Amino acid sequence: MSYEHRKILFDPIVDNNPVILQVLGICSALAVTTKLSTTVTMCIALTVVTALSNAAISVIRNHIPSSIRIIVQMTIISSLVIVTDQFLKAYAFTISKELSVFVGLIITNCIVMGRAEAYAMKHPPLPSFLDGLGNGLGYSALLLVIGAIRELFGSGSLFGYPILPLDRDGGWYIPNGLLLLPPSAFFLIGMIIWVVRSWKPAQVEQPEFRIYHAHRPEVAS
Amino acid sequence: MTELINLFIKAVFVENLALTFFLGMCTFLAVSKQIATALGLGIAVVVVQTLTVPINNVIYQFLIRDGALEWAGLSEMNLNFLGLISYISVIAAVVQVLEMFLDRHVPSLYNSLGIFLPLITVNCAILGGSLFMVERDYSFSESVTYGVGSGVGWALAIVAMAGVREKLKYSDIPAGLQGLGVAFITAGLMALGFMAFSGIQL
Repeated sequence: MSYEHRKILFDPIVDNNPVILQVLGICSALAVTTKLSTTVTMCIALTVVTALSNAAISVIRNHIPSSIRIIVQMTIISSLVIVTDQFLKAYAFTISKELSVFVGLIITNCIVMGRAEAYAMKHPPLPSFLDGLGNGLGYSALLLVIGAIRELFGSGSLFGYPILPLDRDGGWYIPNGLLLLPPSAFFLIGMIIWVVRSWKPAQVEQPEFRIYHAHRPEVAS
Repeated sequence: MTELINLFIKAVFVENLALTFFLGMCTFLAVSKQIATALGLGIAVVVVQTLTVPINNVIYQFLIRDGALEWAGLSEMNLNFLGLISYISVIAAVVQVLEMFLDRHVPSLYNSLGIFLPLITVNCAILGGSLFMVERDYSFSESVTYGVGSGVGWALAIVAMAGVREKLKYSDIPAGLQGLGVAFITAGLMALGFMAFSGIQL
């Protein structure tokens, strides 16, 4: 694997993460992370769909008229999602029930559309496939961190196996119920953004307005 | 009638698409920097949602549901697997038609909503609304109410968020949290606030 290919594949994991830097695919990141088993299923489904849709769209990219490209992309993506949905219903029915509408919503997951539009329409199939795979992995990396924190501290287990003995079963750990509620995912993603941006200061956004310029003229440049 | 009013209030507050189901979050975070643009997008979502949920309901009831093709003498047919692709095509088509209609007849509205309309096709709140309608097996009148209600709820959430962010711009935020980070935390606090509605029995 050449250097460029490795870069395309691994860049989206930290340096150009789809969720925390490109603001793509947040809806499902929040909703499916209460338990690791649903998180892993969702990550695999999304990675497969993104990689394959990027490859498929890239193969026909020179034949798509630009005025109807969104509908063409949608058709390819939704066909892939239907296959994934049917596959999950056949082989992992309970998890597919828990994911409820979120498997279907991969169609409108901005990562899939965003990468198709931004990358696959301009690049040949192999790099597009790797780009889809890389962005899927970047999404998965973030979701797995959130899913692990939420399940471990929210219900004291990982993949359903008890790790921290719970208070109500005679153990010492009192589960933090907030982590099982949806808003906690917002706080966790906010904190992860803070950590990642302290580690990689290049990702920090410039403030639109600095308050001390108005009140402390001596520090204004 | 009371049931429909209850469903409407539930769709706006208790089951708010943005803050309890986190649908349409990408646009919710990306387009909530100013109240005016947030309001424009909110109105566009209400209009599209009001049209697509009932249309998808008709398609579901008469074409897709298990045994729905009885009127055509095909009672054995189950086209459930075609659901997703039909709903998204309806949404894409409605958005396209709406765009052309506004361009031709209401140019002023088209100019203010223009840039948001294409964004709406990929807004998960729209597809999510249709999928919830299918999952909960709403009747036609319920689907109209749910479409309007869920759209209004989403619009309300994004306008409130934009209001908070307009003020937030003047606060002193740590460098790493600047922009997106603090937007996430604000949305989390708002979602906590909206949880106060959960458990309300109507």
